[in-house]
Amino acid sequence: MTMQIVHSGPVTSSNEKTRAREAFARDNLRTEPKAVRIAVITIAITFLTVFVVLPLVVVFAHAFSKGIAAYLAALAEPEALAAIRLTLLVAAISVGLNLVFGLVAAWAIAKFDFPGKTFLITLIDLPFSVSPVISGLVFVLLFGAQGYFGSWLRDHDIQILFAVPGIALATTFVTFPFVARALIPLMQEQGTQEEEAAISLGASGLQTFFRVTLPNIKWGVLYGVLLCNARAMGEFGAVSVVSGHIRGETNTMPLLVEILYNEYQFVAAFAIASLLAMLALITLIAKTVLERHLDEGQASDH
Amino acid sequence: MGLTLSWLSVIILIPLAGLFLKSLELSPEQFWDILTSRRTLNALRVSFGLAFAAASVNLVMGSVIVWALVRYRFPGRRLFDAIVDVPFALPTAVAGVALTALFAEKGWLGAPLAALGIKVAFTPVGIFVAMIFIGIPFVVRTVQPVLQDLDPEIEEAAGSLGASRWQTIIRVILPSLAPALLTGLALAFARAVGEYGSVIFIAGNLPNVSEIAPLLIVIRLSEFRYADATAIAVVMLVVSFVIIFAVNRLQRWAQSRIPAR
Repeated sequence: MTMQIVHSGPVTSSNEKTRAREAFARDNLRTEPKAVRIAVITIAITFLTVFVVLPLVVVFAHAFSKGIAAYLAALAEPEALAAIRLTLLVAAISVGLNLVFGLVAAWAIAKFDFPGKTFLITLIDLPFSVSPVISGLVFVLLFGAQGYFGSWLRDHDIQILFAVPGIALATTFVTFPFVARALIPLMQEQGTQEEEAAISLGASGLQTFFRVTLPNIKWGVLYGVLLCNARAMGEFGAVSVVSGHIRGETNTMPLLVEILYNEYQFVAAFAIASLLAMLALITLIAKTVLERHLDEGQASDH
Repeated sequence: MGLTLSWLSVIILIPLAGLFLKSLELSPEQFWDILTSRRTLNALRVSFGLAFAAASVNLVMGSVIVWALVRYRFPGRRLFDAIVDVPFALPTAVAGVALTALFAEKGWLGAPLAALGIKVAFTPVGIFVAMIFIGIPFVVRTVQPVLQDLDPEIEEAAGSLGASRWQTIIRVILPSLAPALLTGLALAFARAVGEYGSVIFIAGNLPNVSEIAPLLIVIRLSEFRYADATAIAVVMLVVSFVIIFAVNRLQRWAQSRIPAR
């Protein structure tokens, strides 16, 4: 790994010329020739346009291909409305559960040291990298007719699989890491000094949490909830395995997109898809705004 | 603390333990037979092979995108920066139908490609395309902050010592980015291997040709062949474990290389 050193010119040349050349060289040390710059920018923009922008545009183009009336009619179908309601319900349940857990988990991990901490963090991360299909499968193995709790559930007439509880459980599993992951670095950075001060001034544990910890992390909490919600509403693989696809009952919006698409009802499929695409775009805009708040919060700390 | 652990075990540990318990009901011979059956092997080959190819494309194109976003100023830069996250945020089923519509034989991109004799939708190429889509943000978002924080002085030093720009990039910048690049590659690969929603619409799903492993799990489940589904899932889960572990080690390695500020 030796660096090849090339002399840029005879040192004995006139002073002025050398100085001009040095200034020019300094400007050029951290950039590339114009042709290279333009080529790199063009490749980047073309790639992002083909693979990201066009798929997004296609959704809206197909959704409105038969006019706005057809678009609105597709969304007003009872099946579509049922799917939207179910999606909102499932998202509310799993975001709620993961908000509470995420706060507690991040608090435990960031403010305390205990054995097995790395293992705990790995477990929290796991749903990020497990195939969504496997996330659904594990619940089928637990609660399905042949599953470990299957016969007990049947005896007590409790329906989990192919019903709302199963969909909510699978969604909660998949969205598990978002809130905790958003908060752990934030809380670690803030340390425990403020909490210790509050406690030593006589505040109770709960008071400290609500008056000191929570205000410090409010943007982080919102950030986690935002991403958690987007994934919860859009989850497909895991929900697909546990839902049973009962029309009007256990179809979330992404599942309805699949069903309508396979039935060649393209306008209706893309109309639902366009709602989900809008959710994604709104999420991204809100995320950009929140990231600015988070950066400012960090900047003012130092 | 107790709440954390019990919630974690209810939602994550018990379901995963169930998966491994179920796979223990199989004898090693049964397990081996399922995994080495022609259809399973082909599905695993399609998933892992195309995921690696797509992640490699993401590694190269992601680096180009990061370079353009961090080092150059051009109109629309902030917009394109934001757009990188779309594959993260867009529900996979939406991505799936959109990519299929785009690359189908009569689609905006499918039609010109068909004229050139390239068929994308309903072939393994379609799977490859969907996996590229889903992996873009992983490489960009892991490498971008590292390139942003890279100390400009080391480049200036290399340049003023007479290294050509190309030498500086290969010998100075690239080694500094290596841990982030590898992490991005691993994350994009892990995501593509397990990806379901955005792939199944465009894949064609022909057994042995364009059938991905997650789809085979779903098919085995619908046939009530739980043992088969479980065996494939265990293999994929173990690979996920190994990848997360490797990424965590990579991160630690990267942190130890960068002196604390």
